[in-house]
Amino acid sequence: MDILVTGVLLGATYALLAMGLTLQYGVSRIMNLASGEMLVVGACAAFWMFTAQQLNPMLALWFVVPLAFALNWLIYRGLLRPLVRRAKSRGQLEVDAILATFGLSFALVGLMRGAFGGEFFNYSFLAVPVQLFGSPFGLNRVVAALAAALVCALLYIGLHSTRTGMALRAVAVDPRSAGLVAIDVPTMSAFAFALGGAISAAAGTILSTFLTLDASIGVIFTLKALVIVIMGGVGDVRGAVVAALILGLAETLVASLIDPGLTLAAAYLLFLLVLLFRPQGLFGRSAR
Amino acid sequence: MTLRERWALALVALAFVVLAFVPAMGSAYLTTLAISVAMYGVLATSWALFSGPTHYISLATAAFYGIGAYLTASGIEQLPYPLLVLLAGLAGAVVALGVGVATLRLSGVYFVIFTLGLAEMVRQLITWVQNNFTGSRGLYVLTDLKDHHIYWQLLALGAIVALVGWLVQRSRLGFALRIIGGDELVAAHCGIHAARAKVALFVVSGAVAAVTGAVMAPRFTYIEPSMAFSPELSFQVVIMALLGGVHRLWGPLVGVIPFTLLWELISATVPTQTVLLLGLAFLLIVYFIPNGIVGLIERAVKRSQPMPLSGPRAGASDA
Repeated sequence: MDILVTGVLLGATYALLAMGLTLQYGVSRIMNLASGEMLVVGACAAFWMFTAQQLNPMLALWFVVPLAFALNWLIYRGLLRPLVRRAKSRGQLEVDAILATFGLSFALVGLMRGAFGGEFFNYSFLAVPVQLFGSPFGLNRVVAALAAALVCALLYIGLHSTRTGMALRAVAVDPRSAGLVAIDVPTMSAFAFALGGAISAAAGTILSTFLTLDASIGVIFTLKALVIVIMGGVGDVRGAVVAALILGLAETLVASLIDPGLTLAAAYLLFLLVLLFRPQGLFGRSAR
Repeated sequence: MTLRERWALALVALAFVVLAFVPAMGSAYLTTLAISVAMYGVLATSWALFSGPTHYISLATAAFYGIGAYLTASGIEQLPYPLLVLLAGLAGAVVALGVGVATLRLSGVYFVIFTLGLAEMVRQLITWVQNNFTGSRGLYVLTDLKDHHIYWQLLALGAIVALVGWLVQRSRLGFALRIIGGDELVAAHCGIHAARAKVALFVVSGAVAAVTGAVMAPRFTYIEPSMAFSPELSFQVVIMALLGGVHRLWGPLVGVIPFTLLWELISATVPTQTVLLLGLAFLLIVYFIPNGIVGLIERAVKRSQPMPLSGPRAGASDA
């Protein structure tokens, strides 16, 4: 029972992270290997606001999200748009985007190391126990999961019942046809990328309330997000949530039964299973 | 084999012989530098063997390198060193085979993702095994090998990689890989077993990286998981190969030499900002020289020459 609850609480935050990536990959067609770094940027910002300004992380979200949105918009416009223009095919764009964001991830790690040094950082926020199903859990974890679930729900509603959301989904299905029905594809791509980045940063702020992070940990989160996105099926919000919960549970299982140092191996094991049995994603219909 | 190819082969062989005399110049610094260049040269060339023609980007060089280095370090007390080097190559090949079979049947994205975290996962596994079963984290690698021995081994490995790369390029396999890189669907329609061809080359590339790790292990003297599996290595190899150009066998080497020298300078002057500078250098290369230095040179040469009057066969005989 402990494992189940901890796993679900962790999975909720992972769902948020994967949601950011699935927007960037599904709509903007950018396989963003710097997504985990964006998460660490969000966490760093929350850490700084908490220690220097005594700002509650849940309030800090209101600053982190718009700033990250602006930053990612600039990244897309400045760095990725030229690649989209240059690419002759989708495969070419994929390779270029992977290389560019891989470079970007190292640049971000370098910047954060310059700003925060190589140390681990964490802070104590709401570290009081609450009783859930008869066992104590950290209140910060529960609050984080609730916040993550709230953001996920808002995003889902936004995608499925607003005009912009519909446009985003149309671009995800087919950018060229979307252009034919008067959807501004370049703007929508930039919007999706910026929104995805903002959500990644929000996930970072939320994670930083209960996890200890350091400047170079981003790649692990990138990997987890990618595994979730693949498992859930690219562009499938519902699949991403289910996959995130599965990953959260699997990691908690491994951490509590075998060794906390093997969580990445757990993610890999899941990834391998998905690759062998359902490469089209959990709810994907047809294999390519 | 044409006359021109024979000349090229002789020249390359001569170059390797000349390079073998670098340690004889007596400068320890020069030997150290030569080891770096040779190591990155081998790694970048073997990386490009697979990733060059297919455009599948492997980010796992550090994983294979670390496996090789670690295997050597943990067996050095029990087994003779040459055997360990062979075993390292075998281990690298087996891991590459596993990764290849799992991911290369599918589209390229899965492969990139899998290789992205591979080094980190192997590091976690080894740390776990050490914490629970062997007790100590670090390992000492004490051998009688001197720097110039390591350099010669790397040079020999480089010669093997160059030869293998050359043979592969001439073979049906190399042709198949170039078609796969052009369009995988077309390749499948031509009757090429795309997955098998890709896995074969990835196995070669992984084995070479593992052997390089095994050869370099004695230089570490003391080895720890965080040192052997540094993610920056994978990154540096990709950056150097891209800087040089991956569509020619000798392309990566053109990138390795200036980059190693530059890197030496950077890590001496601004050691705290190396990661940032690496990232920025990488972005510059991706944006401004997508085909590498070799691509730039070839374009310049093509522009300066008038249009050829006859087909490409005429070009080969006038050399």
